[in-house]
Amino acid sequence: MIELLSGWGRFPRMPSDALRPAQPRAVAPLLRRPGQIIARGSARAYGDAAIGLDTSVHTASLDHLIAFDRATGRLRAEAGLRLIDLIPLVLPHGWFPPVVPGTRYPSLGGMIAADVHGKNHHLDGGFGAHIEALTLLTASGEVVEVTPTSDPDLFRATVGGMGLTGIILDCTLRLKKVETGLIRQTTMVANNLLEAVAILIAADQAPYSVAWIDCSATGATMGRSLVFLGEHATADQAGDRAAASLTPSSKPPKALPIDAPGFALNRFSIKAFNRLYFSRGVKKAEQPVLVDHIPYFFPLDVIADWNRIYGARGFVQHQCVLPPETAADALHAMMKEITARGLASPLAVLKKLGPGTGMLSFPMPGYTLALDFAVRDDLFPFLARLDAIVAEAKGRLYLAKDSCQPRALFQAGYPELEAFRAVRRRIDPTQKFASHQSRRLGL
Amino acid sequence: MPQSLLVIGASSDIGRAAALKFAASGWSLMLAGRDEAGLQREAADIAARHGAAVTTHVLDILATPDFNSFLNSLPALPDAAVSVVGLLGDVAVSAVDASDASTMMRSNFEGPAILLGELGERMRLRGSGTLIGVSSVAGDRGRGSNYVYGSAKAGFTAFLSGLRNRLAKHGVRVVTLKPGFVRTRMTAGMKLPPIVTAEAQEVGNAIYEAAMGQGADSRYVRAVWWPIMTIIKSIPEPIFKRLSL
Repeated sequence: MIELLSGWGRFPRMPSDALRPAQPRAVAPLLRRPGQIIARGSARAYGDAAIGLDTSVHTASLDHLIAFDRATGRLRAEAGLRLIDLIPLVLPHGWFPPVVPGTRYPSLGGMIAADVHGKNHHLDGGFGAHIEALTLLTASGEVVEVTPTSDPDLFRATVGGMGLTGIILDCTLRLKKVETGLIRQTTMVANNLLEAVAILIAADQAPYSVAWIDCSATGATMGRSLVFLGEHATADQAGDRAAASLTPSSKPPKALPIDAPGFALNRFSIKAFNRLYFSRGVKKAEQPVLVDHIPYFFPLDVIADWNRIYGARGFVQHQCVLPPETAADALHAMMKEITARGLASPLAVLKKLGPGTGMLSFPMPGYTLALDFAVRDDLFPFLARLDAIVAEAKGRLYLAKDSCQPRALFQAGYPELEAFRAVRRRIDPTQKFASHQSRRLGL
Repeated sequence: MPQSLLVIGASSDIGRAAALKFAASGWSLMLAGRDEAGLQREAADIAARHGAAVTTHVLDILATPDFNSFLNSLPALPDAAVSVVGLLGDVAVSAVDASDASTMMRSNFEGPAILLGELGERMRLRGSGTLIGVSSVAGDRGRGSNYVYGSAKAGFTAFLSGLRNRLAKHGVRVVTLKPGFVRTRMTAGMKLPPIVTAEAQEVGNAIYEAAMGQGADSRYVRAVWWPIMTIIKSIPEPIFKRLSL
């Protein structure tokens, strides 16, 4: 059935034939249909990455576990399984996903295709670094098991490859051993952007770290931030909360990290929210506190459908990564653009990254800045100015968030693009797999 | 001792939801259905999620002569059994195609009824057990839009009612569940009215409650269907025949 599809940003919207296979073996026959096709997991990529040029294959029904070894933490599951369904299954046995992005809704296949990173990327790498094997349906209709050693090029083209090497049917991943479902969080206050970067560097050994930027601050305090450091709490640290924390309730968590702001998003409400959030953080700073993993990792999940707050035209997330040499100047220039625009986003996040796994993986050593903007007519010239700063700094944009970057920025930002194209020519010479994003970027 | 559930139609969304609910509560499971690979996929999923004991059993719901040997092949007579078998065809086809109509009637009525009847007989001899039939609101009154399916479900509802009446004196409970619309992969992408549309998990939970002895012998999964169907049933035929329902 032809449906008007969009990503999490609700921009752009494109018609595509949406198919929903009921089980893995029902996927291969779909390749015989004419036209170009892409897998669509939870549709949490922000832009047009999971909108097939002709056909989009929803993997929501491919959500079965295949095997779970509770002793070793090795888990094999179908690619449509989402984190939100996986965590309650493994946490009671003392296991946690090795990498989680800022939301629990993505599917395993989507997290591989985007090689998503978490707050532990500086130490543990991206999601793809924890994949032992994946089962890939390729353009020829073959189902192949791909491991980092069986076909290293194909593995590295599939991790971060945005679904362009085929449809991931299932994967085997290694979970991380934890004693509780709690995070021991320490908040640090940075009075400007350079301080935030300095804290992230100094806190390199903290298992999890991320900085939230108060975009309302200008002048000398521009870029003032709260840096949230975290580690999985041990049973001793959690005390009598340890046991219950392993079986998260299905109800939304009571202790929200933020009071959900009354989302009439304008420059005044965003400013007020930013200031309030910052001053609350300052009050609680430097004292370790135990927080549940859900508000720590997934603060926005507690607001259902928060993507709607940006209005009917949708929104764009601009997420770049900048190499360490150029990051300080480029971040400063970008923050100046953002604060001058006046319309900040409540979500401005800064994070230190390490090297990526795949040929098109977003992470590289440096600093990533993520910003949300509602779509308006004047947004695109503004984004072009941010893009120019990123290009000048030899940075790049995250394909999972991208909906409108220029081809030149993409091509300059991904030095392994030619190697990726070579793998794609081998595995999919007719480009059976293509999305609106891949066509837009000339991938 | 752990209790056991036989799921007839285990590869369906409702069958899966029920099986997962029972497995999470410590029951062992026997999964029956036509597609062996599909059953094994469900069994692996349930075992990996809940560490439950799961067996799979190939069954063709239209092969009524094989039911006796099918039941003999089970590891034990289950404590409870549920049929979630349903074939929602197209009335435009079954109105003109006798073999399609026959398949609809046999899949929705003859097969599930005879199988639950044979199970009921064995449970009667044992003196205990629960049988749950997932029927349909479509069986409450024949409607032009789906009367072949609806008449088969009406037959199934009546059969369950009679079976309940006969077995109640022998320690065997028979429950009729009528889900109304259910959001499943078959209805994915369709616009269903939210208030009257149950999630597959809700139906699974209702099946579990029925097996635990809770709830009425015959009920709608969502209570909102009771007033709706009461009105639909009470419309006089001279008026009803002019409606397009």
